[in-house]
Amino acid sequence: MEISARGLWTLIHGMGFGGLYLLACSGAIVELWRHYRQGGAPITARDEAFFRVYLGTMTLLAWLAVFTGAYLIYPWYRATAPPGTVELAGFPQMLLQSSPATSAWHSIGMEWKEHAAWLAPISITMASAVFLKYGRSIRTQPQLRSAVLGFVLVSFVAAGIAAFFGAMINKNAPVEGGPIIHFVQGELR
Amino acid sequence: MSGQESRPPNGFGSAAILAAGIGAFALSVLAIVADKVVSIKRLMVWYKPTGPLSGVTTSAILVWLLAWAILNTRWRGRNVAAARVNTAAFILLGLSLLLTFPPVADLFFRR
Repeated sequence: MEISARGLWTLIHGMGFGGLYLLACSGAIVELWRHYRQGGAPITARDEAFFRVYLGTMTLLAWLAVFTGAYLIYPWYRATAPPGTVELAGFPQMLLQSSPATSAWHSIGMEWKEHAAWLAPISITMASAVFLKYGRSIRTQPQLRSAVLGFVLVSFVAAGIAAFFGAMINKNAPVEGGPIIHFVQGELR
Repeated sequence: MSGQESRPPNGFGSAAILAAGIGAFALSVLAIVADKVVSIKRLMVWYKPTGPLSGVTTSAILVWLLAWAILNTRWRGRNVAAARVNTAAFILLGLSLLLTFPPVADLFFRR
């Protein structure tokens, strides 16, 4: 069982930071809806402190996801092959663009993902800052609460777009290369 | 609503909300312009391996933070028309999600 260094980083970016963010996002939406609406379940100081840390962690995850994506994975994805290269496995963007059956994964999928993904950290940073400032008193601010919930929902959608296209692009043209990391030595049968 | 719960001014929150909408919208506009205008595309290459995406996203973050700082300076400690702020922020956010979708972005700068 082995994985290339680039494959591992892609995994950390997508399933680690991105996947965890999506999971956390669904939890935040439920929590905001259940607890922080007017007349919602009672909020203890401990609940409030927990949710502050929760949103702070989500903010960190979102920024880690976009920065590793843009500055680590994306340069490997968009690397240009020397002229005359036939084997495009190490050049995912060029591999996708080499066939009409896969080119839209780049022209629509990657082009959308690489920009839409940034809406997630912007939105969740705002939600986190507002919650940090207002805490449970956000219950008395229906407009602020609606905006926070709306932006968290949009960040969920943006992260979902990025996750879906990231997974599909990596399925069609995986980012591979670099040193091989061996996990387990298998046996021949 | 519990009468004991205090109601702090909404200016800080409204500034953060509108700034997020402005930042998101700036991102989508910069993405379109950098994709369609060659000179801007070149100008947006701040980190060569990442290409124009580096300049587009960093510029959008700067616009967002600047808008946030300005709005917060003006609105902090005050109550503002939060419903109007929300409407504007959601329009900007919705537009940004729409404008980052390549088939929509391709409608601009058509030759």
